[in-house]
Amino acid sequence: MDFDTLESQIGQWRGYVEGRRAIANADVDELEDHLRTEIARLATTGLSPDEAFLVAVKRMGNLDDLSREFAREHSDRLWKQLVLSQDTEGEPDKNAFGVMAAFAVAAALVVKAPEALGFDLADNSSFYFRNLGWMVLGVLAAYFAVLRHIRGRGLVLLAAPFVAAAVLINLYPFEPEGSTEILAGLHLAVALWLMVGVAYLGGDWSTGKRMDYVRFTGEWLIYYVLIGFGGGLLIGMLVATFETMGIDAASFVERWLLPCGAAGAVIVASWLVEAKQSVIENMAPVLTKVFTPLFAGLFLASLGALVWTGNGINVDRDVLILFDFLLVVVLGLELYSISARESDSVATVADYLLLVLIVSALILDLVALAAISSRISDFGFTPNRTAGLGLNLVLLANLSRSAWLSIRSVGNRASFAELERWQTSYIPIYLFWASTVVVVLPLAFGFA
Amino acid sequence: MRIAKDLVAASATPIVLSILDEGESYGYAILKRVEELSGGELVWTDGMLYPLLHRLHRLGYVHAAWKTPAGERRRRYYRITPAGHKALAEQLKQWALVSGALRDARRAIKAGTFPAPRPAEA
Repeated sequence: MDFDTLESQIGQWRGYVEGRRAIANADVDELEDHLRTEIARLATTGLSPDEAFLVAVKRMGNLDDLSREFAREHSDRLWKQLVLSQDTEGEPDKNAFGVMAAFAVAAALVVKAPEALGFDLADNSSFYFRNLGWMVLGVLAAYFAVLRHIRGRGLVLLAAPFVAAAVLINLYPFEPEGSTEILAGLHLAVALWLMVGVAYLGGDWSTGKRMDYVRFTGEWLIYYVLIGFGGGLLIGMLVATFETMGIDAASFVERWLLPCGAAGAVIVASWLVEAKQSVIENMAPVLTKVFTPLFAGLFLASLGALVWTGNGINVDRDVLILFDFLLVVVLGLELYSISARESDSVATVADYLLLVLIVSALILDLVALAAISSRISDFGFTPNRTAGLGLNLVLLANLSRSAWLSIRSVGNRASFAELERWQTSYIPIYLFWASTVVVVLPLAFGFA
Repeated sequence: MRIAKDLVAASATPIVLSILDEGESYGYAILKRVEELSGGELVWTDGMLYPLLHRLHRLGYVHAAWKTPAGERRRRYYRITPAGHKALAEQLKQWALVSGALRDARRAIKAGTFPAPRPAEA
């Protein structure tokens, strides 16, 4: 009879522990096994099941301390740590929504601000292209600075790159819609996105923390795309509805809804990542599992096509961007699979698929690199080829070491944590290269 | 004699790594071994061992895997890695240095009163 009550007591205890979001289910299993072993041992010393249960639970320690310790260790669950610290600071959660709404409106207004100063979107597309990045990402960085209570010197250091970017990108005498302008605009967004990470992590940009930002980036992207789909549907319905009444809503959509919505969604998606974390935590691993084999297939197929037709690849800007985009997706999938995997499980099919993906991406990168190099040796350097060459070299170095570490992990000679460490310690290289393209490349090519 | 909290925390990593150096083990068995080794003087809050083990895992010092030995419950077993060996050797060196310094300091103080200081304990 005592056995049943003991089981229900253990079940209740498990329920309490599972309620702690910082303690993952596998960790609860581990703790439960510990509890059961201790109860069994105490029972042999003559304690009743009830007594044994109480003593064992007491020895396990205070649940608050324990879950704080878990949250501290598993910083990949950073948001849970934030929840914990918010508990202790007694900060009400509903503020977060108000802050988000204010910043989303700010982002929307910032996009329209140049128009008030006489820069119309239609006539000044290159002005917008250069400036949108630092304006919107600046608002995002400010949003996180407020959330993370960044003040004083930290705030100055955080603002500096955004101010510098704004000054530089407008002082450089770019040829309108020339290559260097487009390249600088694209790379500036990448560099500043990484700077937003500093704000996101509350100024702690150590290697261990960076993975949180990588995870944030992936989850943000998922939300942003979802909002984009929804927004697209909304716009379509809106235009169609007003058309039936003989009103043309297209110009409203173009001038207001689209730019303001796209900018505001940057903030809303960031808020969603943190507020609705558990939704994404279930979705992201699934998406990774679905897309890793698909992308591996795509890469193998394109390698096959390259060999089969014997054609090289055309090196114009669009192709290069497509290639680099693909390779970046590979890195994203790699990071996501590593971060989502049960870190202590043995190599699974998914790990082998990941290896296939990395190796085929590496080969494809080499092919692209060869194509760019031959173009450069035949026709000389252009801004696009230089940017392509640099990015491909940066990716090549990353993929080579990733492939090596991945082979070792699958063979159980290295831990997947090493792969993760390699990726996070590589992030500054992206920042360095992106900044180089923004700052040095336009000078080197005379702003062409 | 209960050991002070700070010392317990500081010694946790080398002790766990040393125990795993004896062979693969799991949480409960590690705690029992700690008790045994310290003659029951070194007391940890049971639950706290697990965040520590997870930290060692993240640092790459231990390898972890779920296993179900015949006739037993499924458990997470931990095994020391080469990186763990390196970290352990480093920590042992530091501990030897600290306790050596402490012993020498005591010996110097007592040198006047006790002509033959006690030989170093193994």
